[in-house]
Formats: sequence, C-alpha cells, structure tokens
Amino acid sequence: MMNLVEIRDLKVQARSDAGRKIEIIKGVSFDIAEGEIVALIGESGSGKTTIALTLMGHTRPGCTITGGEVRLAGRDLVAMPEAGRQMLRGTDVAYVPQSAAAAFNPSQRLMDQVIEVAQIHRLMTPDAARAKAVDLFRALALPDPETIGARYPHQVSGGQLQRLSAAMALIGGPKLVIFDEPTTALDVTTQIEVLRAFKSVMKLGGMGGVYVSHDLAVVAQIADRIVVLKGGEVQEEGPVEQILHHARHPYTRELLAAFEPVPYASAARSDTMAAKRPILEVRNVVAGYGPLGRDGQPAKLALRNVSCRLERGQNLGVIGESGSGKSTLARAIAGLLPPVSGEVLLDAHPLAPEARLRDKEELRRLQIVFQLADTALNPQRSVGDILGRPLTFYHGQKGAEREARIDALLDMVRLPRAMKHRLPGELSGGQKQRVNLARALAAKPEVILCDEITSALDTVVAAAVIELLKELQRELHLSYVFISHDLSTVQAICDDVMVMYNGAVVERLPADKLHGGAQHPYSKLLFSSVPKLDTGWLDSVPPRVAAR
Amino acid sequence: MAPMFSKGFLPTPRHFGYHMNTVGICAAAMVCFWAVVAVIGPMLSPYPPGEIVDFDYYGPMSSTLWMGSDYLGRDIFSRILMGARYTVGISLAAVCLACFSGVVLGMTAAVVGGWLDTGLSRLLDALNSIPSKLFGLVMVAAIGSSIPVLIVLLGVIYTPGAFRFARALAVNINTMDYVTVARARGERTGYLIAQEILPNITGPVLADLGLRFVFIVLLLSGLSFLGLGVQPPNADWGSLVRENIGGLPFGAPAVLMPCLAIASLTISVNLLIDNLPVKIRDRSE
Repeated sequence: MMNLVEIRDLKVQARSDAGRKIEIIKGVSFDIAEGEIVALIGESGSGKTTIALTLMGHTRPGCTITGGEVRLAGRDLVAMPEAGRQMLRGTDVAYVPQSAAAAFNPSQRLMDQVIEVAQIHRLMTPDAARAKAVDLFRALALPDPETIGARYPHQVSGGQLQRLSAAMALIGGPKLVIFDEPTTALDVTTQIEVLRAFKSVMKLGGMGGVYVSHDLAVVAQIADRIVVLKGGEVQEEGPVEQILHHARHPYTRELLAAFEPVPYASAARSDTMAAKRPILEVRNVVAGYGPLGRDGQPAKLALRNVSCRLERGQNLGVIGESGSGKSTLARAIAGLLPPVSGEVLLDAHPLAPEARLRDKEELRRLQIVFQLADTALNPQRSVGDILGRPLTFYHGQKGAEREARIDALLDMVRLPRAMKHRLPGELSGGQKQRVNLARALAAKPEVILCDEITSALDTVVAAAVIELLKELQRELHLSYVFISHDLSTVQAICDDVMVMYNGAVVERLPADKLHGGAQHPYSKLLFSSVPKLDTGWLDSVPPRVAAR
Repeated sequence: MAPMFSKGFLPTPRHFGYHMNTVGICAAAMVCFWAVVAVIGPMLSPYPPGEIVDFDYYGPMSSTLWMGSDYLGRDIFSRILMGARYTVGISLAAVCLACFSGVVLGMTAAVVGGWLDTGLSRLLDALNSIPSKLFGLVMVAAIGSSIPVLIVLLGVIYTPGAFRFARALAVNINTMDYVTVARARGERTGYLIAQEILPNITGPVLADLGLRFVFIVLLLSGLSFLGLGVQPPNADWGSLVRENIGGLPFGAPAVLMPCLAIASLTISVNLLIDNLPVKIRDRSE
C-alpha cells in the first residue's frame, strides 16, 4: 500500500539579506502511513517546522524548495502549481499553529472562523458546517459545545483556543494534520487536557499527523514514530518505544538525559546553620492591578496575603499555572508593582514598596531576571554595553576595569569573550538567556529572582542553564527565588517549593518531598500533570474532574 | 571579505553593511544635489540674482539664460540657485526643531506617564487642532515675517505631530522587559529615554523627519506664495512661483522651473525615506 506522505531527499534553501544562500534542509526522507502520527523533534533551528510546512507545499518568505519531492497521497506538492496546492490546503492537509491566540481574528466569532475553511472550499452548507463544528467541539471535550462558537477568542482560555484551532483544522476532513508545537505555550495542567483531546480525535478520524515538538515526553504520548532532526538532517528515526529506550544517536541520548532528574544537594545545608536569618522575607503581601476600590483593594487581586521566606544560600521554588500570581510576586518583591499592604524584607531590613524609592544598595542586592531574553535585552545595544551598565551604575567602574569585569562575567556564564561586540539579535536563545543572567550577576547581588528563565528554552539548553545556576551559587553564595511552571526544573534546583493557585499560597513543601508529600488537591493535580517519558502515561492519568 | 579587496573599495552602502535599492540611491543623489546647491549655489550662478539681465520679460530658455527670465527680466537659473538656500535651509532648521522637541517630549510623556502625559498630550492636541496654514498666516501677520520667525513658527506647527508619533512608538518600547529591568535597576528618566528607548525608535523617527521636511517645504512655499514667507529681494522657491505666476498662461519657464525644483526635492525626499538603507543582518560573508 502507498504511504500517505512520502518525502524523498527534500532540500530547502534560504537566502539571507546579503544574498548568501544557505541550505537549511539537507536531503531529508521519511514516510507517514495512513492514520499514523509521526513526531518531528529537535532543538530550535533544526528545521522541524520548515519540513512540516513543506507538507503543505509552503515555505516561509526567503526560503525555496530546491530539490526532492513531497508526495501527499501520491501527488507531488513540489511540482504542483500554487493554485493546485491551495485546493489541497484545508481539505487534504491542515495546520494547527503554535500560538492559537495569534491565529484567531479577535474581532470575529469563533464559529465563523472555524467553518471558514468549509466555506472557502464549498464543502458543505453553512448549517451542515456548523453542525459538524459542534460535533468536533464535543469530540475535543470543549465546554458548552453548542454555544461556545458564539463567543469571541478573548472569551475562552488558552487551552480551549488551542482545541478550537484544532477544530478549525479538522473541519475540512483532512487526511493529514500538522501540529506545530501546539502545547508548548500551555501550562502542564492545560496541556494534558489538550493532548488528550487531540489524541482521541485523531484516533477517531483515522487521520495521519505530523507533530512538531521539542518535548520528548509530550511526543511520547501522542506519536507512533519519532524522527529526530538536527541541523536539517535526520539523525535517527524509529518507533517511540525504540527511541525512548534504545536511542543510538548521541543527540537523542542528550535529549533523553535532559529528562533524568538530577538530585539536588543544597549548598547551604552543609554549612553552619547557626545564624538563621532569612535573606529575603515576604510578609502578608497583597497586590493587584487596576484602580483601588472603596475597600482599599485593587480591582483585580493578583496576590492574596502571600508570605514566604528564603534562607541565605538556599533556593525557593514558586510553582503554579499562568494567572496564579507567581510572576506578580516577583514584580512585587522587585518593587515594580508596589503592594497594597504587607512588606518585603531584605536581610531583616524592610524595603520601600516602589523601586524608585529604594536606595541603590538595596536595588543592587536584589536582582530580577525575566523569562524572555528576547525582550529583556535591548536589541540596539551590544552585549558589552548591556553588561557594562550595571557595573558603572552600581560600582562606578569605567574603562579598563569595566572591560576586565565584562570579560570575567562572560567567562562566568561560559560565553566567549568576543561576544561582547555582538548585538542580542545575533545570539541564540540559550546565549541570550546567559547574557540576561550575567547582567544580574554584574550587580554582585545576594538574591536573584528568576522568573521562568528556562521556560522558553529547549530541554537540553534549559538543563545547561540550570547547571550553570547551581555552579554560580556555589561560587558566589547566591540565593534564588525560582519561579516556574515546570516541576522538573524546580525540583532540580530548589530546597523548598511553594505552590500558588489563584493568588494564594496553597502549599509549602521541601523539594525532596514533592512526590507523595503533596496534600492540597491542586498541588496533587499539578504534580500528576507533568508528562513522563512513558507512552502509556497519558492514558493512565485520570481525567481532571470538573476543574474548570 | 575577499570580493571587497579584489574589486577595490567602493563607498557603496553594501560596504558599510547596508543594503539600498536603486530608487533609494537615485533619491539620495537628488537630495544630496540640492543640499550641495544650497551651500555653494550662489557661487555658481552666472548672474547676480537681483540684476535685470534681459530686456524681455518671461523670456524663453536660451544659451545665455538657461531657464529663461522672470517678470522683471532677471535670470531664473540664478534665482533658483539662490532660493535653494532659503527653501532647504529654513525647512531643515524647522524640521530639526520640530522633531527634536516633539521626540523628546513624546518619549518623556511615555516614560513618566500619569499627569505629565495627559497634560502634554491634551495641550499639543489642542495646538494640532488649529489648521496649520491659517495658524501660520495669523502668526506671520501678527509678528511680521523674518527668517528666525519662520523657522520657529514652522517648528511649532509641526511639533504636535512629531510628539504624537514619538509617543506612540515610545509607549510600545516602554512596556518591553529591558526597560522594566532598567527601572528595577533604579535608572532615572533621562537614561531610560536616551539609552533604552531612543535607539529603538530612531528608524521610524528618521522616516517621520523626512516626511515632515516635505510638509514644511510645502507649507513654506505656500506661505511665500501668499507673500508671507521669505521677503524680497530674497526669494525661496515658493516666492519665485508667486512672483512669476503671471507667466503661467504663456507657459513661461520662469514659473515652471521653481515648481519643478519644489517637486524634485519633495518627491526625492519622500522616495528616500520610503527606501532608507536596510542594515544587512547576515555579516558572515
């Protein structure tokens, strides 16, 4: 029998703005059988999304398919004219994007957008399309399938929107669905629901799929076969079980190794615990957004009476889903969002609520590192300038002394010294995050607030950053507040973990008691939602009972 | 690097790491041409601009009078060379004034926010709501016309637009994490404006400066046409058009040539800002 998709010796070339040609896909071949889901995994820049897009005969601007063939149900998409490809898109092959929020038009009702494909291709009457859409909503386990289509995109949650974008892709009854990292932007508790919905719909329809991801554990739940990519070439290909348990290629092993929990030995516990004075203490902090109401509370409360403490040389993990107030806590501590009541103490010394009222020394001792290095580094200033500013600002260093310290900082975060002349746009994601961290280190701080600093990075790169944080802690006697929605990273670096839900602390646990020690139902749900490297994991987790 | 040395070094945008298309290069050449004329033009002029050299008025183009003569028999070519200085000079000074004050105020309003932002925005909105030509006419009629007055007046008229534009850009940059990091570090407003925000809005601000330059050239020409701009015996291009408007029924070059000069300058500035050099990001060659 013929395969649904046959890719043979595919080559894609990109043209840079200087007119230089770069081959980004270097002769890739693989097949997808009818009803099979194949996962493409690899780090960013490995060409996984580029390959997925060629399955629709599409390349991003500046790229061209220069060789090979992509056969979908026997027809070569490369040789086909654009008009022919347009006929296939939506009916034979469909695409589910990474960010559903960016893929929906905010000013149209969801139903109109979901059935648009059926209208463009004149597949069925609008009423029939609506009926089919409602069936799909039901199959995707969306709440209120009859009426959810009447809402606008901002009226549903991120996980629901992602499922709606799947409904949009499935309405034309495609033979092949391309999922481009559809759960990467979601919380673990939401991700599990979305994955479950995708899996059941795909099984029901018997459709073939391509699942692009960098997360092996997610892929293990949904795919039949895995293709591992690096640098535009296939590194390894095989059934999921084989890749997970008998990986041969070094890169695949590296990916797997990043999942192994690294036992964390606290640096401070072995030290003398005599002077037990917390370096950072948060007492009954209430904070929120919007104007203050008549009761003196902000319109939208983000932190409800939160207290926590961080011992010198130890690390505190803060974990929770998006909207739980964990980032707001970091902003309140850093003085970016002044709390309405409560206080923040640094070394038993109360800090002013607003950053601009704190003195330079207090600001220096407490640094914050943001999640997205892309937006946290000024794109128009060189790495040397970015690192040099805190040196001049806090320590008054200039000239050769400053240059020497910049070199030392780059060494500290394991970056080559020549990088100080580059702009942030010329660095990779992991390198940018290291610069971001080095800027905080330049102040010689005592506490660093890490706000989801590994969430936007690949598994392998994130593991390296965590390793770096631990080394720096040993060398510089730092304390971290580590905010994340990823349990395994928190476990890898923290002494204590605080679980937040809806702006309040629901549980505090030592990191070594995370498994089995959780009492609160939300913590239990959170801990059980983390995907495991096991193909049967998704089916073994009981569905969430009427959570939302 | 090899091709650069084998072909010899040419001062093309590419060698500085920029890419520019043909239209942009032509427009840039035209703008440079007028800038040079504004500086050295009077040295090149065949006759003194105020001297009557032709017995005929609205004379045709000839080998001695390259662009014909005006309503008094003066050489139009010499007068255009002189007018370039006023048109380009006044407009450039006014546009720099307008953009400098507009951009500084706009960034300050965006960074400081609150009452300052609201106050400045409403004040400049009020100024913006007065029709610019009418405002110009009234002010010139009230204070009288001189070159410093014209520069300040044109600058003030175009400040609210520059303010709006810069504020809209700066508000977006102001929410970026790197600005938040700088705030958390304890940086003052001056640093935030100059070091964090300005470098990220220079591109659009330069484009806006070019566009505003064109508006100012046109408004200045309009004021001069109405007799309220540059005063005789000096003349900018707008005044030249007004002086010689009587030649229009005869199709005299005296009225067409200043018009062509205004059109060539404004159109090439427009084309230049639409085709500004783009930085080549790929430097691995």
